[in-house]
Amino acid sequence: MTRDKRITEDDAIATLSDGMTIGIGGWGSRRKPMSLVRALLRSPIKDLTIVSYGGPDVGLLAAAGKIRKIIYGFVSLDSIALEPHWRAARQSGSIAEPVEYDEGMLQWALYAGSLRLPFLPTRAGLGSGVMDVNPHLRTITSPYADGEELLAVPAIRLDAAFVHLNRADASGNAQFLGPDLYFDDLFLGACEPGHRFVSCEKVIANTQLLDEGSFHTLRINRSMVDGVIEAPNGAHFTSCEPDYGRDEAFQKAYATAAANADDWAAFTKRFLTGSEADYQVAVKDWRAQS
Amino acid sequence: MSEPMLADYVVIAAAEAFRGDGEIFASGMGTIQTLAARTARSTFEPDLLVSDGEAFFVGNELPIGGSDKLIEGWIPFRSVFDTVWAGRRHVMMGASQIDRYGNTNIANIGPFAQPKAQLLGVRGGPGNTISHATSFFIPKHTNKVFVEKVDMVSGLGYDRIALLSEAVRRHHRLPRVITNLAVLDFETPDHSMRLVSVHPGVSVADVQEATGFELVIGDNVSESRPPTGEEQEVIDRLDPRGLRHREVP
Repeated sequence: MTRDKRITEDDAIATLSDGMTIGIGGWGSRRKPMSLVRALLRSPIKDLTIVSYGGPDVGLLAAAGKIRKIIYGFVSLDSIALEPHWRAARQSGSIAEPVEYDEGMLQWALYAGSLRLPFLPTRAGLGSGVMDVNPHLRTITSPYADGEELLAVPAIRLDAAFVHLNRADASGNAQFLGPDLYFDDLFLGACEPGHRFVSCEKVIANTQLLDEGSFHTLRINRSMVDGVIEAPNGAHFTSCEPDYGRDEAFQKAYATAAANADDWAAFTKRFLTGSEADYQVAVKDWRAQS
Repeated sequence: MSEPMLADYVVIAAAEAFRGDGEIFASGMGTIQTLAARTARSTFEPDLLVSDGEAFFVGNELPIGGSDKLIEGWIPFRSVFDTVWAGRRHVMMGASQIDRYGNTNIANIGPFAQPKAQLLGVRGGPGNTISHATSFFIPKHTNKVFVEKVDMVSGLGYDRIALLSEAVRRHHRLPRVITNLAVLDFETPDHSMRLVSVHPGVSVADVQEATGFELVIGDNVSESRPPTGEEQEVIDRLDPRGLRHREVP
């Protein structure tokens, strides 16, 4: 029998501490591990370094003042191009250390981290504003006859990683059923063992792993995972295809509330002060009323 | 068939950016850009690959917002990056600022440390412009967008790329910039921006006035061409709800 790694969101967050570097999977407002992000919001943990292809995960953590440093390629809600909390945080200067990369550079940083390499070379980023605002970046000269100068993207190692998948078994073999894995495998790969958390829509038996998708969808195996959290609707309000699409109406309500301090306080009180179960009930009530 | 309106002139001018590209990924960020890539493929550039904007290459003529897809390939984000770095792509992006050498900004207005306006971030701009052809569509041509100097270089212009090695320079190309007023390119000795054509009802002076730096203006600036009858039918099929007219009224 393989180990049963099932825990709750709060169990996972209880293993974390101030100042950690946390990678968050998904992309923009797509398949974000939102129930873990909500649990992190409920905790006193602070001074975080966040690594993300950012969406409302970054917006919420920024609004709660939990981000000291962030490594990102963008922050967007996709159907709403600009994330309102992220904008407010950046424009007020409250993020101490924003490290902005090209999207492909961020993949390279996580891939290098997951392969235990110090860096990976690329052209992406050379000559751009990314070099101007990140004086820590270095270039390297190809040791071969071409002698080309390339950007050496430094590896990112994570203290903790959160990803949300469609299905997983209790030991952490996890499955994506939607159109894109994004870089979830690299977030887990770049993370130190101990804090690699996979939430999923549904925990299934390992005999059921091929019931809903081909073997190609099994890109995350249990050697990459320390904790499994069953979180139905856990990516809400981001998309989790094919289980559900983005809740566009709720996302719009979120973005509207974020634009005004009183509205945001009311939104927080209504949706973000209780447990994950409370959140899911509050969303259902909201839907019934709207 | 509808009579061509401004948005139709813009779409066909944008589609022209992909002429001659052959069997590569024609990628569009935004409604007009996507429509341009699909129009080019449905008319004069049939070998292009176009995507649904999510994770698939589509083999059929997919209207904007349509869901009836014939999937001919899978292109999740990491395959997009592979395709970018391999150079088998021509993207048409937007830009909040652009300068005379084609440096573009989608990241932030004002200083990076504390922007006046935080925009998207550089996204794929640095990797795109250093790897393959990048064109731009700008819905509102004003001197707030066409500026002397961009606040953050998301996409590299010709002066920036000139500072890098030959190995890097050879992949860089900014074929054209399409706006609600005109078509522009960088086909000048020092690659500073040139006015190619003006849309109907727009004068050369209008374009220069809306541009925050001096354009290269030749003796024979033409008027942008309308779509042919066949092209107009394709545009109407690809955008049955007329979303293009919202971007370029």
